Amino acid sequence: MTLAAPWRFAFALACLFALCGQSNGSPDPVLVPEVSQKEVQVRQGFTGTELLLFGAVIDPSGREKDFDVIVVLKGPTQSIRLREKRQIGGIWMNAESTAFRSAPSYFAVASSRPIDQIVDEKTAAIFEFGTEFIQLSPAGSIDPEEQARFRAGLVDLRERQGLYRTIEDGVQVREGVLYQARIGLPSNVQTGQYTAETFAVRDGRVLASAVAEVSVRKVGFERFVEVFADREPLFYGLVAIALSLFMGWLAGRLFNRS
Amino acid sequence: MDVYLPIANLSVNGLVIVALGALTGILSGLFGVGGGFLTTPLLIFYGIPPTVAAASAATQVTGASVSGVLAHNRRGGVDYRMGGVLVVGGIVGALIGAALFSFFQSIGQIDVVINILYVFMLGSIGALMMREALAALNIRQSKGLKRAAKRRHHPLVAALPYRWRFYRSGLYISPLAPLILGTGVGILTMLMGVGGGFMLVPAMLYILGMSGKVVVGTSLFNILFVTMASTMTHALTTKAVDLVLAALLLVGSVLGAQFGTRIALKLKPDWLRLALATIVLLVALRMLFGLSIQPDEVYSVINL
Repeated sequence: MTLAAPWRFAFALACLFALCGQSNGSPDPVLVPEVSQKEVQVRQGFTGTELLLFGAVIDPSGREKDFDVIVVLKGPTQSIRLREKRQIGGIWMNAESTAFRSAPSYFAVASSRPIDQIVDEKTAAIFEFGTEFIQLSPAGSIDPEEQARFRAGLVDLRERQGLYRTIEDGVQVREGVLYQARIGLPSNVQTGQYTAETFAVRDGRVLASAVAEVSVRKVGFERFVEVFADREPLFYGLVAIALSLFMGWLAGRLFNRS
Repeated sequence: MDVYLPIANLSVNGLVIVALGALTGILSGLFGVGGGFLTTPLLIFYGIPPTVAAASAATQVTGASVSGVLAHNRRGGVDYRMGGVLVVGGIVGALIGAALFSFFQSIGQIDVVINILYVFMLGSIGALMMREALAALNIRQSKGLKRAAKRRHHPLVAALPYRWRFYRSGLYISPLAPLILGTGVGILTMLMGVGGGFMLVPAMLYILGMSGKVVVGTSLFNILFVTMASTMTHALTTKAVDLVLAALLLVGSVLGAQFGTRIALKLKPDWLRLALATIVLLVALRMLFGLSIQPDEVYSVINL
């Protein structure tokens, strides 16, 4: 229990600040987020799932209530190389390529109204409110025009794979206090730690934000296969061969008897 | 029936995969080809990542060919001596092929190399087989005569030294010929992610001049070992063998292979060849068409 002590301390400190904030009548609202599932289990028959992100925006001053809420759900980032096909001598083949050091494997933005009606472009770019503002960290120096083309290509590809999403009107706000957002995860999602960042916005300003985490992981047989393939490749290969030999032999036997 | 594939990282309709396996299995039993040249492109078309598709198809072809080899073995349709020489060549070829694969992968041109190889190999072999099959059918139908058994091997084969007797194949030729042939097919096998039967069968008939009775069984015997080596290579390097995917394909294909072997016994070999030639040519034309039009995905992602 020694490990837990710092956390208890941090929690106590956070409570203290929250209390101070309230008694001082600070104008900054507080966002309390919650996720329907802390853990998404990928097991046999997994065809994707829908995350319900909900919570409350508490304005201690209680003056205004017309908040907009934006939820950004991001999957683990990957270092990728993006290749572009071109027609060369009548044949479509890979020509130019570029590398991105931090492309999220999943990215979804849900908002209570279309983003451009909530914040200006500059703010949207700062907080990554939209697939066109994802921080991809391009590696190497290529000219901005080319970079924009590659970025658009990546976003378009992943949007069609269901991995990058923009859900306008994806957040419902009730009574100016409670919000809820539904964001779908397709079956081809990368496993790992997902972060859901929720923002309360008013008059084009981000007033409060809070982060909730969701872990997506394989369990049971699916987890076993993945780990086995990765840690014992030799045995895994032998099992695959043995399985195919056995099934082939079995079918031969069964058919011959009948 | 939704099935989640743990290595491919997505869920698929299990029945579609089993049906795909069955189709491949029937082809395998009928013609002695592994059917990988159809499975791999179809799996990719279905949305399975290309490496996983190629690796798991190799595993499936092993299963389809083992039941085929057993079935042909009972009829004395496997020349083990010839098969052994081919396998040795095939494994050498697979190693060379693996090196070429990683080279083309590093410069980002593996897709186009694979496609051009498919178009070229399938196109030329399909055309050759089509011509032979049509000629054979023509002779039989118009004159009602039995075609003279005029098997002969390529003059270059006769020029090679150290002759061995291959009794079941009815040949007295140098083992270097099947060794070189096996190596060549092994290289293409690794590059194209297929068993190589569709290349081996015509080569055995037209270059080596083997007896038609043992061609299919011996080809399957070679495929069996080459795909086992290929599965192992994938398990160790790309780690892309999906056991669930392979098992689904296997269920379909082992059953299909038995079925195919039975049909093969009832049909005339010339009609069989004509059918295979047609399928091969259609796949080649489809791929040639695919190279010249703008692909669905102009961009592709590789994890670093």
